[in-house]
Amino acid sequence: MANTKEVRKQISSIKSTQKITSAMEMVAASKMKKTQDTMLEGRPYSLKIKDLIAHIASANSEYSHPFCEEREAKKACFIVVSSDKGLCGGLNINLFKQVISKSAELNNNGIESCFALIGTKASAFFKSVGGQIVGVAEKLGDKPNPDDLIGLTKIVLDMHKSEDIDEAYLCSNIFVNTMTQQPNIDQLIPLVPQDGDDLISTHWDYIYEPEAKDLLDELLTRYIESLVYQSVVENSACEQAAKMIAMKNATDNAGDLIKELELLYNNVRQAAITQELSEIVGGAAAV
Amino acid sequence: MNTIKINIVSASEEIYSGEATMVYATGSLGEIGIAPGHTQLLTGLAPGPVRVQNGKNEEAFFCSGGFLEVQPDLVTVLSDTAERADSLDEAEAIKAKEAAEQSLADKDSTIDYAKAAAQLAEAVARLKTIQKLRKKQ
Repeated sequence: MANTKEVRKQISSIKSTQKITSAMEMVAASKMKKTQDTMLEGRPYSLKIKDLIAHIASANSEYSHPFCEEREAKKACFIVVSSDKGLCGGLNINLFKQVISKSAELNNNGIESCFALIGTKASAFFKSVGGQIVGVAEKLGDKPNPDDLIGLTKIVLDMHKSEDIDEAYLCSNIFVNTMTQQPNIDQLIPLVPQDGDDLISTHWDYIYEPEAKDLLDELLTRYIESLVYQSVVENSACEQAAKMIAMKNATDNAGDLIKELELLYNNVRQAAITQELSEIVGGAAAV
Repeated sequence: MNTIKINIVSASEEIYSGEATMVYATGSLGEIGIAPGHTQLLTGLAPGPVRVQNGKNEEAFFCSGGFLEVQPDLVTVLSDTAERADSLDEAEAIKAKEAAEQSLADKDSTIDYAKAAAQLAEAVARLKTIQKLRKKQ
């Protein structure tokens, strides 16, 4: 049986771990509020630009943009959004699992995959798995700057332009609520026209100022950038929520462990006392 | 009176949402006025004011660029950055303009020429918005 000193040492070490996890829980809770605000601030823009893209898709435009055209797929690019730091439960790994299975599914159809990665965790994971990595954006912080993502998005869009890739997917976590984050894969290119908008079904088109091509080029690029940015912001809200839950669980588990160890400690102590007493009594009887 | 719905959003927040009898904006090919029932139009925005008239009320916003979409009953302004014109500060705008001019003149500096020119255009547009508003008051 373990001695009392050992058990005491173990208890105090778990207690200090518990202090750390509960501090991290509180930090995550306060950051979560901020990241959620950023996420909500960006939503109106991304909703409106989504509406606009849906309108454009239903317009009978004289110019058809390459992003809207489906071509025979040979290679797909996954933009994977992950967190920079760990200790957030299964948030990242659940997403990576989905990405890997989607990539395997495409592979069965003869479509190769490559990856554009956002966040340290994604780059570490896909480096070890050994996929083709075309770009990495790391250490964006709690308040990501859209400018930091433009480079990465541009790599993907340029690859599409030069026909190195034919499809692009955006993989990130969706913030359902504080308890639930949903890994999700969205098709970016070719654009999937969204319905649900009851626009006039007659033949119509915009007046474009200046040229339709320039305007749509810029607008669609902006659209994809805004989707990527919004998913990064949303992922960072997910990260803080998941971290808070993970740390709360860790704190609770540490509490349970301490309780068990304290019980053990008392048992050991009592056993030692009993043994000592019986030794004394035995010794006295011998005399 | 006929009205048209208008939404102004910037990348970081929703700026304005409401009804208007007339909307004026600075398109990339010049100033445009949009009345209810306007035909579908899609245009880029140059840095400048966007004015929303509803009856006698008028509100002005400053957009540094972006896109404008018109449907017969809806105007959507997707602005890169937008702010309410009454929160614009003239002294700040002049300072920004001078700083931009300075960096353009300073040939040795490592600043990207295109970026500096864009900054100057934005600062000038900001100043113009303020001055236009002032004249009206």
